[in-house]
Amino acid sequence: MASRSLADCTAWELRDLYARGEASPSEAVRAVLDRIDAVDPALHAYLYVDREAALLDAARWDGRAGRDDAPPLAGIPVALKDNICTRGWPTTAGSRMLEGFRPPYDATVTVRLREAGAVLLGKTNCDEFAMGSSTENSGFGPTHNPWDLARVPGGSSGGSAAAVAAGAATLALGSDTGGSIRQPGAHCGVVALKTTYGRVSRYGLIAFASSLDQIGPFARDVRDAALLLGVIAGHDPADSTSAPRPVPAYAGGLTGEVRGLRIGLVREFFGEGIAPGVADAVRAAAGVLAGLGATCDEVSLPHAAYAMPAYYIIAPAEASSNLARYAGVQYGHRTEHAEDLYTLYARTRREGFGAEVKRRIMLGTFALSSGYYDAYYLRAQRVRTLIRREFAAALERFDLLLGPVAPTTAFRIGEKAEDPLQMYLSDVYTIPVNLAGVPGISVPCGFAGGLPVGLQLIGRAFDEAAVFNAAFAYEQATPHHTARPPLAASPPSSWDSPRAGGSRA
Amino acid sequence: MIDDRTVAHVARLSRLELSDDERERFRAQLGSILEHFQSLLALDLAGEAPPGDLSPLAGNGRLDAHASEITNVLREDTVQPCLPLEDVLANAPASEDGCFVVPPVIEGE
Amino acid sequence: MGLAPRRGKPRVTHETVIGLEVHVQLETASKMFCGCAVEFGAAPNSRTCPVCLGLPGSLPVLNRRAVELGLRTAVVLECRIHPQSEFHRKNYYYPDLPKNYQISQYQYAGHPPLATAGRLDLDAGEASRTIGIRRVHLEEDTGKLLHAEGRSLVDYNRSGTPLMEVVTEPDMRSPEEARLFLAQLRAVLQYAGVTTGRMEEGTLRCDANLSLRAPGGPHGTRTEVKNMNSLRSVERALRFEEARQREQLARGEPVVQETRHWDEQRGVTFSSREKEEAQDYRYFPEPDLVPLVVDDAWVAQVRTGLPELPEAKRRRYAEVFALPEHEARLLTATRPMAEFFEAAVREFNQPKIVANWLVGDVAAYLNGAGQEIEEAHLTPTALAGLLQLLDRGTLSGRLAKEVLEEMLSTGRTAGEIVKDRGLVQISDEAALAEMVDGVIAEHPGPVGDVRAGKDKAVAFLVGQVMKRSRGRANPEVVNRLLRARLGAR
Repeated sequence: MASRSLADCTAWELRDLYARGEASPSEAVRAVLDRIDAVDPALHAYLYVDREAALLDAARWDGRAGRDDAPPLAGIPVALKDNICTRGWPTTAGSRMLEGFRPPYDATVTVRLREAGAVLLGKTNCDEFAMGSSTENSGFGPTHNPWDLARVPGGSSGGSAAAVAAGAATLALGSDTGGSIRQPGAHCGVVALKTTYGRVSRYGLIAFASSLDQIGPFARDVRDAALLLGVIAGHDPADSTSAPRPVPAYAGGLTGEVRGLRIGLVREFFGEGIAPGVADAVRAAAGVLAGLGATCDEVSLPHAAYAMPAYYIIAPAEASSNLARYAGVQYGHRTEHAEDLYTLYARTRREGFGAEVKRRIMLGTFALSSGYYDAYYLRAQRVRTLIRREFAAALERFDLLLGPVAPTTAFRIGEKAEDPLQMYLSDVYTIPVNLAGVPGISVPCGFAGGLPVGLQLIGRAFDEAAVFNAAFAYEQATPHHTARPPLAASPPSSWDSPRAGGSRA
Repeated sequence: MIDDRTVAHVARLSRLELSDDERERFRAQLGSILEHFQSLLALDLAGEAPPGDLSPLAGNGRLDAHASEITNVLREDTVQPCLPLEDVLANAPASEDGCFVVPPVIEGE
Repeated sequence: MGLAPRRGKPRVTHETVIGLEVHVQLETASKMFCGCAVEFGAAPNSRTCPVCLGLPGSLPVLNRRAVELGLRTAVVLECRIHPQSEFHRKNYYYPDLPKNYQISQYQYAGHPPLATAGRLDLDAGEASRTIGIRRVHLEEDTGKLLHAEGRSLVDYNRSGTPLMEVVTEPDMRSPEEARLFLAQLRAVLQYAGVTTGRMEEGTLRCDANLSLRAPGGPHGTRTEVKNMNSLRSVERALRFEEARQREQLARGEPVVQETRHWDEQRGVTFSSREKEEAQDYRYFPEPDLVPLVVDDAWVAQVRTGLPELPEAKRRRYAEVFALPEHEARLLTATRPMAEFFEAAVREFNQPKIVANWLVGDVAAYLNGAGQEIEEAHLTPTALAGLLQLLDRGTLSGRLAKEVLEEMLSTGRTAGEIVKDRGLVQISDEAALAEMVDGVIAEHPGPVGDVRAGKDKAVAFLVGQVMKRSRGRANPEVVNRLLRARLGAR
């Protein structure tokens, strides 16, 4: 067995090792924490790490994690995006507005992770309030792409994606409103899933756009993503929009069988604007699936072109309302110079929010304001219905839709910072899927110019199983999921367990 | 595309204090974003509704704002434990006698 | 029903047009969107949770009972209940609003609230008027602001309390009518178990819109009047506002559309600070909640689950207890009064007597003290106890009234008071005979009158015995003894 750090093992591999007694949760968590120490100064994936708590948690699972009755994530190191509430731990949503805020409660997904035995490592960096596509909008500095530190990891869940890619977390959670899980997943070369709207509880997720936000998994392979989703998915009485549908056994449903699967390549996703290297890699991926027995045909979603403007009205509108509570009264930043109420609000928000957040709040307020509501917000919702219907119709003819995740590979830090509109365009293939409310996954499908490319597979509502399965089939037929960024190269034998026996070359 | 007065009004509604520079910068940026939306605004939605459809497109104004088809999510009227006061005030920028403190508010504002 | 023109000046008789917006706190155990207890007077911020505090990441979940009570209201107000309704966010910034938006129900084309188009018939004696109900909708209450020197303090205990807003059509034509409507609305909602409806505790709040119009003319400019904290205030405030607008029009000045606050102390409405611009609430459908679907089966269930309402009770009292109409009306004016009556009757099964005392002496005391029956120190059991003593002859009628008054002011039982003050009625013939003989000896004149056939003098002598016994003598026995002694029949 090649010398490999526990930090680079998948969750399933760790579970195996635990079961065979060849590694312990303490060892695994320590390896990941050491990796964090080694790479995070350059990566800046994390905003908060609680080393002591993680090691204490891990120790509790030593000897128990490998047993048959152990919960599914026992002793597995997991990171959470910093817009997910973790009781007693700082939760900033990447914003100075919430610097120092420690929620008195856990998000539902946090509770489920704990109950599943996961060892929580810390909170990862993100674009402020999840608004952004590069993690450059974080109030605490950007995260760097592990494949090229001069480049963005994508956003808004850049920290989680980078951490998993670099072995600085085995699994991580992010959130996706317009592509914020899939796009960083693609840019960092990891598996990243946005579920059907309502599949995972939003209780405890710091809201950006309520009708679009979903929490989802980052992992190094599909089986791991399926394992994590199985833990966090399912109805939550505390979230009125969470679906009262049973959760299938995702990990158990991975057969890799795709013969007869009807796949539709979305014509509008291969048009102008997509980088040639990306298009090639994605088309090649379609070819692999065809080779495995799926049928690939073209499908048109004519209203996909309207998804962007509709999204950039609906999401900011909801955000403008969701972020109104950040006003210096109960929690978070408060301006020091406030003689009257108006100033308290206006100056606190001026000081606490970054430019992108302010931009979106104003855009959203505008779209909802008297005289503009019908022309903007109402109209955008009507177009959303059109898009939803279009996807539903396409997903009757096809079992899955296929396309790229992002038009380019990861761009350079600072490259798009001056032009918000340019930044928005990097979500052009992911946004329609959020508006439609259906699941979409990003799976590593090769490289262009040395940087990872993500394949997007889109499924029917609540059919994550089919999405996982096709992704799994593709993954197993290609080597891409084993690639690791140079940053994550294992330091010489940090793990040398005598229990495994034999030597490693 | 969007004038300074509107930006000032929107900033006020949003409780965002902006400098003159910022206001101008946002005005330009918002303007170009809104211009990008023209295609959406120009889209002819009238002919898009299949017959008998109760969608907003049929013009009866029913809004399809909800992302899913769930209805009637209700909870039973039972009392659950509250947060301890120290948790409630733990993140407060300013508190006094168990209350949050804000600048004086004129009644009826 | 216009007012007479001002003295000395021929004036157009303007008609007063009043509409009310009533906020009703629904009688639930927990809040509208979370499980925190709804409790009056708890220590600040001790009844809160992530949801009603609006902490980042929190989400609302609708209280079933709040919806049921809203539906009950819609049924008793004969509204049209809409098969589907939504919640909306009303966005504005204020410290008592934790999220800086309030979850409410807005109304626009194709998007009705819970219920619309209802009515309440006013019982104004002979003339019965119908007040239209424009809509009934559900929303959450805000927290409370307390004002201190140089700062304001916020308590979120009340935040998230379930509220129902009942908006009337501008159908009331006088301040009295507005008060009557409010009293009746309150009664009917109390009966329906929807609310405790106590204005002093804030479980019933009312804002009013008032305008004047020339008969047959268009609606005048209306002002909104706020901060009326009792039924009496509502009438007083509207009377003031009506007069104020009348005077303004008389001077040829236009009425300004504005919000005015009622000042109970000074007895005036004053203009609250005018806002720089009208509020733009930017209503949009609440994405954290799903639509509410109310089908016929649910409405039917609500209907059959209704407790007995005032009119039905009145009829029952009249039929079963043989009570006169006006007494039945008084006894059913509020639910607590009706419940008091029924509880007392259960313990002392002579409804007419119970009714008599309640609408008579008890009501008189309450009115004088400005109390409602539920605030009184008297319990149904205590009243029953008093009436039992009276019935057994232990207490005389006149003394019973005095005892009742003390019961009402101290909360002591009749038994205790009678014992303490030694008021047990004397019926013992020997004891009374002694007193009678004493009185006869002292009043030879009246005695002579009685013997001469002047019956009225008997009453005088009975009175003297009563006086001598400090009211404790049993008057019938005294009367009998006197007549026997004096040979009168």
